[in-house]
Amino acid sequence: MAIVKNDSVIEQEWITVDAEGDLPASDENLIVPLARFKEERDSLLGRNGGLGVQLNPGDAPEDLADDLDRLSIITVNFPAYTDGRGYSYGRVLRERMGFTGELRAVGDVLRDQILYMHRCGFDAYDLKVEGEVALNKVRAALKEMSVYYQPTGDGRVTAQSLRERRRAALQ
Amino acid sequence: MYRYDDFDRQLVHERTEQFREQVKRRLAGDITEEQFRPLRLMNGVYLQLHAYMLRVAVPYGTLRADQLRQLGMIARVYDKGYGHFTTRQNIQYNWPKLDEIPDALLDLAKVEMHAIQTSGNCIRNTTTDQYAGAAADEIEDPRPYCELIRQWSTFHPEFTYLPRKFKIAVTGSPNDRAAVKVHDIGLRMHQNDAGETGFEVMVGGGLGRTPFVGKTIREFIGKNDLFSYLEAILRVYNRFGRRDNKYKARIKILVHEEGIDKIRELVEEEWAQIKDGSLRVDDAEIVHYIEQFAPPAFEALSDDDADFERHKSENRRFANWVRSNVIEHKQPGYAIANVSLKPIGGIPGDATDTQMELVADLSEKYSFGDVRVTHEQNLVLPHVKKADLFAVWSELDKANLGTANLGYVTDIISCPGLDYCALATARSIPLSQRISERFGDLDRQHDIGELKIKISGCINACGHHHVGHIGILGLDKRGKEFYQITLGGDASQDASIGKIAGAGFSEAEVVDAIESLVTKYIDIRESGERFIDTYRRVGMDPFKEVLYGDR
Repeated sequence: MAIVKNDSVIEQEWITVDAEGDLPASDENLIVPLARFKEERDSLLGRNGGLGVQLNPGDAPEDLADDLDRLSIITVNFPAYTDGRGYSYGRVLRERMGFTGELRAVGDVLRDQILYMHRCGFDAYDLKVEGEVALNKVRAALKEMSVYYQPTGDGRVTAQSLRERRRAALQ
Repeated sequence: MYRYDDFDRQLVHERTEQFREQVKRRLAGDITEEQFRPLRLMNGVYLQLHAYMLRVAVPYGTLRADQLRQLGMIARVYDKGYGHFTTRQNIQYNWPKLDEIPDALLDLAKVEMHAIQTSGNCIRNTTTDQYAGAAADEIEDPRPYCELIRQWSTFHPEFTYLPRKFKIAVTGSPNDRAAVKVHDIGLRMHQNDAGETGFEVMVGGGLGRTPFVGKTIREFIGKNDLFSYLEAILRVYNRFGRRDNKYKARIKILVHEEGIDKIRELVEEEWAQIKDGSLRVDDAEIVHYIEQFAPPAFEALSDDDADFERHKSENRRFANWVRSNVIEHKQPGYAIANVSLKPIGGIPGDATDTQMELVADLSEKYSFGDVRVTHEQNLVLPHVKKADLFAVWSELDKANLGTANLGYVTDIISCPGLDYCALATARSIPLSQRISERFGDLDRQHDIGELKIKISGCINACGHHHVGHIGILGLDKRGKEFYQITLGGDASQDASIGKIAGAGFSEAEVVDAIESLVTKYIDIRESGERFIDTYRRVGMDPFKEVLYGDR
C-alpha cells in the first residue's frame, strides 16, 4: 500500500469517504465521491480541510467544471485494470478542463498500465504493494518505452514531431 | 511501400524485449498464468486447445518479399512448417513453444514485423482493399491513411482497455473488397461536392453473435480531420460503451441501443473540442505518407500482350486461372494476380514454409517485391506484367498455388474451428474440405459463378458466416456437431446480413444441403445472375423448400 508521485513514495494525507455516512472533523483532508460532492457541494466547500473528489466509472468529469480550482486532488478509480474509462477522464480533466492538481489513479493499479496512465495525465499511483517495491515498479514502467506515436497532454515528444524536426534540420 | 524509420524500429524492439522479460517471469513461476494472460494477449499469444497460438500482424495486408520469406522461415523453425492466413489479413502460427516465442518475435522484428495488438480489447490491425495501389477502380490508394491509423492506434494510451476489441477497415474504391460495413468503423473514400477526397465514416457494423451493417455517422470527413474524428468516436465509445456484459460491449450495441443520431451528436460534440488540436494532420504530412506508397516503376506498356494471348489460347488451365484469378490493373500492360490458398480439398488460408518462400521469390521477380494478404484468406501479387503471367502461373501451379477458383464456390472462408480453437463448438475445416471436394470440378464451379461460402465454428463468427452468400454456422447440440445455414449475406458495398434458413443439419447432411441450394439456383437463375442476385430476386422460400420440403 504505497502512493508514488514525482519519483517518490508520498504519505497518505487524505481520507476517502463513502457516498453516505458521517464526515470526519472539519479540518481533515477529504476525498468524496462525485455523487456526494454534487449533493453536498456547499457544505463540503465550507469545510476547513482540503477537498478532493473521486471519479468512478460512469461519472462525468465535466460535472466538476465550475469547481476545479477548489479541488487539490482528483482520484480516478479503476475497479479493474480492464475498465479503461479512467484514461479518458484523465485526458479530459488535464487537456480540456485544465486541471492542475494531483490526479491519482486508485483501485486495480498495476505496473503494466502505469505508463498509459501517465500519458493520460495521471501523476500519482496508489499501488497495492509496499513503498520501495511500488516505487521501483513505477520507475520501471515509466521508462519501458521511449517512442510515442500519439500526442497527449503529457509533454512527451511524439515520433511525428521528432521526424518533423529532423526533416527541418536536413533542409 | 512504407519502411520503418528508427522510431518505428525502436518501438518494436523495446516491445520485444519487454515481452521476453515477461515470458521469463512466467517460466520462472514469478507470475501465474492468470497474471500472464493479459500480457501475452497484448503480444498476440493465445492459449488454444492444444498449444499456444501466435498471431502476427500484417498491417493493412501488405507484405514485402523479405517479410513473407521470414514468415516462411518462422513456420519452419518455430512451427510445424505452415501458417494460417486470417480474415484480419494476419497470419497465425498454431504450434509455437512459449519459451521460443520471444525469439520468434525478435526474428519478426528484424523484418519490421510484430504481434502487437493482434488481441485484446484495443484497436486491432487496420484492414483494407488487398488491391490498394493497383486496382483500376480505385479513387485513391488507402494505405497512407492506414499507416497513419496504424501509428495513431499503436499503444494508444487512452484506448488500450476499451470495452471490447475494435476493428477499422478502409476502402479506397467504390467496390468494397474490405468489408468496411461490417467493421466497428468503416471508412469509404469518396469525393465531396467541392471535389475534395475524404471519407464516409460508418460505425457499428460487425458480425459475432449480434450482426449489424454499419451506419453512416458522417457523410464526409476531410483527410486532415480524419484522426481527430476517429479519436472522438473512440473516446465516446470508451466512455459510454457497455462494460457490464462482454457480449454487449462492442460499439455496434451502443449504436443500436442509443441510435445513430444520439451517437452522432455525442461524437460531433466531442470532435468540435479536439478538431483543431494536435491530431489535425497537415497536407505536407499527408503528402509525405502518400509518397511512401508511391506506385512502383511501372514500364510504359501496351495493354495487349501477344504472348499472353497465345498462352491463353494454347493452355486451357492457364486461361481458366486468368479468367478467375487475374484482375484488371490500373496500369496498362499489368495485371493483379491472385494466389489461391484454397486448393481443392485443402485447408483454407494455410500456406507452407516453401509456398511462402516461393510467393516471396515470385513477388521479387515479377511484382516489385509486393505481396498482399486478403481478408478472404488468399495472397495477391499486385503488379504483374501481363507478359509474365504465364511464368508466374506455371510456378504457382507446380507448388499447388495455382487453383483457378477466386470467388468461386470452393474459395471458402473458414475459421480454424474445433480443430484448434478453444471457443469453437464445431469443426469448420473438415466441412470446408468436403464442400471443396464436392464442387471441385472447375467447369462446374465456373458455371455456378461467384458464390461466397463462409463457415464459422461458433457464434463468434470469425468465419464471417453472416455475410456469406451461403453462410454455415457450426454448433453443438447435446455433444453432436450440427450446422445452421444462412442465406443472402453479403460483405460488399451492398452489405447485408444473411437470414437463417431453418433447422440445422448434421455433419453428414450439410454438404448435400449446400448442393441442393446450388442446384436450385442453377434451375431458377436468370441470365447473368449470381447466386446472391437470384436470392435477392426470389427470396428465401424456393431455397427453403429444397432444404426442408414439407418439413
